[in-house]
Amino acid sequence: MKKSQNTIRTNTTAYKTLHFITGKIIPPVIAIAVFIAFWQYLSGSELMPSFMMPSPAKVIKAFINDWPVLLQHAATTLREAFIGLAIGIVLSFIVSILMDACRPLYNALYPVIVVTQTIPSIAIAPLLTLWLGYGITPKIVLVVITTFFPIAVGLLDGFKAADPDALKLLKSMGAGPVKRFIHIKLPYSLGYFFSGLKISVAYSIVGAVISEWLGGSSGLGVFMTRVRKSFAYDRMFSVIIFISGISLLLMLAVIIIKWLVMPWERRSKSVTGNK
Amino acid sequence: MALLKTENISVSYDGTKIIEDINIELNDGELVCLLGVSGSGKSTLFNVISGLLAPDNGHVLFKGEDITGRSGMLSYMLQKDLLLPYKTIIDNVTLPLTLRGTGKKEARKRVLPYFEEFGISGCERKYPNQLSGGMRQRAALLRTYMFSDEVALLDEPFSALDTITKSNMHTWYINIMKQIRLSTLFITHDIDEAILLSDRIYILGGRPGHITDEIRIAPEDVRHTDLLLSEHFLEYKKRIIKAIGDTC
Repeated sequence: MKKSQNTIRTNTTAYKTLHFITGKIIPPVIAIAVFIAFWQYLSGSELMPSFMMPSPAKVIKAFINDWPVLLQHAATTLREAFIGLAIGIVLSFIVSILMDACRPLYNALYPVIVVTQTIPSIAIAPLLTLWLGYGITPKIVLVVITTFFPIAVGLLDGFKAADPDALKLLKSMGAGPVKRFIHIKLPYSLGYFFSGLKISVAYSIVGAVISEWLGGSSGLGVFMTRVRKSFAYDRMFSVIIFISGISLLLMLAVIIIKWLVMPWERRSKSVTGNK
Repeated sequence: MALLKTENISVSYDGTKIIEDINIELNDGELVCLLGVSGSGKSTLFNVISGLLAPDNGHVLFKGEDITGRSGMLSYMLQKDLLLPYKTIIDNVTLPLTLRGTGKKEARKRVLPYFEEFGISGCERKYPNQLSGGMRQRAALLRTYMFSDEVALLDEPFSALDTITKSNMHTWYINIMKQIRLSTLFITHDIDEAILLSDRIYILGGRPGHITDEIRIAPEDVRHTDLLLSEHFLEYKKRIIKAIGDTC
């Protein structure tokens, strides 16, 4: 009996894996391959001058040649992004906890936070450079501004999503506001926090790069400006691909951290232990 | 002296009286049921007894001490088991202890022996979503018991379970109550369940809700498996239906 159950389980796992590969992996791979092939065809044809639209092969070559330089610049950009993101996370925690604890503060600040999000970061970046100079500070500040919002809103929604009956239960057990927050609201908001963080890590890289366009001595944004000024379009493309690669890896890292931190989410929902 | 007693409890909400002059008693080792139609104020009364809601009038006495409006004395359990999805079963069960400042290790040591008794051993490290409804309810009851080991306030504890699980849980609950010497006050709108489990039944009805009848279930009549089909049972049921009907 037990053995047959096990076989069924392995079969379903194998089936699921196969289903995942055919359903989720193969279609986007085909789409990307078609896109690259079309691109290669276009750049080889008369339609597009090859200096404006370099072929994928050229871009890959540029990518390999520039690899050491890219890494150097990436170090600067990542440092700005991480410092900014860290400050953004801490700040969003502080602000959202205060807003959750104090209703008038929530009502006062929530619209303000939403409105600040309608200001494009590319528009404030020059101002920050004017105010704070060409150093690392304006870059970090821009990253903080762009990463704060998704996390803060995620946390606030998460706090609100906490089960009111669970809060009542803890109250009936004599738990004060702090304990109720730690045991109910904080864990309930974790999923929301990670959704916000996934967006914010991507924003943090974009924010740092945009800010570097406006000046500085190193960083992927600075490098981008340089290759653009020398009309090296193949190198432009290789930086763009490199940046999106970094963002993707960081998002993947967030997913892995979430998986580690929230073990109850990954357990099967199947009902066991029936007596 | 009664273990738990309410004296002339009245509650109004937005100017409307919800319950009026509620006097009920729970004696040591007793299983007492509050039976009434939806909206009769059963849950409101429980909120008052557990201290979540302050009444307009009246007092709640626990072992003779006035605990009106004081939460953290008696814990109650809802139809929803409210096991926290992000804590393992053992961490859910130890929650009342850790909230009081008991260390995690010590708390675990104290609850472990009960897992066997409550029929949920082996589930300690599982998460609630891995358990069936009946098992979750047992875990939730154990958590309630860890909070206050003398009185359990249960608000429709078994109503979300399927009929067979429910019937198993009834038998199990009567046994476990005797074993751990727990007194229980519980809410239900299921007449069969009330007759089956209770020593006494208070009928709550009318608007505002008040106690319209008190029915004692004779011990010799209950707790045998054929009860549901016996004549005594039907007599009790008739009487209860009439009592509820009179209030509507």
